[in-house]
Amino acid sequence: MEEHLAEFRAAGIQPLAISVDTPEESRDLSTKAGYTFPLLSDRNAETIRRYDLLHKGAGEHGRDIARPAEFLVDRHGVVRWRNLTGDFRIRARPEQMLEAARQLR
Amino acid sequence: MSRRINWPLWSGFALSIAAFFSYFFFFIRFPATRDVPWATLILFAIAIVLLVIGLRKAVGRRILAWIVTILGILVCAFFCFAIFLATKMLPASQGAPGIGAKAPGFALLDTNRRPVALAQLLAEPSTKGVILIFYRGYW
Repeated sequence: MEEHLAEFRAAGIQPLAISVDTPEESRDLSTKAGYTFPLLSDRNAETIRRYDLLHKGAGEHGRDIARPAEFLVDRHGVVRWRNLTGDFRIRARPEQMLEAARQLR
Repeated sequence: MSRRINWPLWSGFALSIAAFFSYFFFFIRFPATRDVPWATLILFAIAIVLLVIGLRKAVGRRILAWIVTILGILVCAFFCFAIFLATKMLPASQGAPGIGAKAPGFALLDTNRRPVALAQLLAEPSTKGVILIFYRGYW
C-alpha cells in the first residue's frame, strides 16, 4: 500500500488501516514498515463489530481481532468496492483497489 | 570407535525446521512465495527425501531414526495445515456492508493518539473516497 500511496492520493483516495492494536503498537508497526498513512486503533473492536469483521479469539493470547477486509468508501459514505479475503494470507492487491478507486467521481 | 553421523537423517530434519521458519521469516514477505508457498514446499520435499534416505541408511539406532523422520514429517504436516487450512478459517462476516451500503462511521485514534473521524475525512473537498483496510494487527 505504501508504495502506491502517491497513486491513491492522485486519485483523491485516503487509505486508513484499522486494527485492535493500541496507538503505540500501531506506531511501532508503522515506523518499522515505513507507513505514512494512518493506522487507527479500534481497541475494543467496536468499529470492527459494526462492520461485522470480528474474529473472536484469533489474536495473540486469544484476543479478539479483525478478520482482514478492504472497503472503498465514496464521498457520500457508500461502499463502492470491497474485498473479504477467504484466506488471511492473501490480501487485495493495490492495483485492484486503484482500479476501483479510479472509477469514483 | 568412530561414530558415523547419519548426515541425510539429520540434515533432512534440520532442513524441515529451517523450511518451516523460512516461510514465516522470509518467504511470507513476497506475494509470489506467500500465497502459494511453493518455495517452502520444495524445501520440505527435499527434507523428507533426505529423511527417508537417512532412515533407510540407519544401521542401529533405528528407533531414533524413525522418531526423527516422523518429527520432520510432522513439521511439514503442521505447516500445510497452518497454511492451507487454518488461514481459511475466517468468520463469514455476512453483516459486513456490501456494495451500495452505507459504511458505518467511526472516530478512532491514530498513532499519535489524535482522533480521526470517517465523516470528517469524507467531507474534505479533495477527498473522493477512503480505503478502509482492516487487518489482524501486528504480532
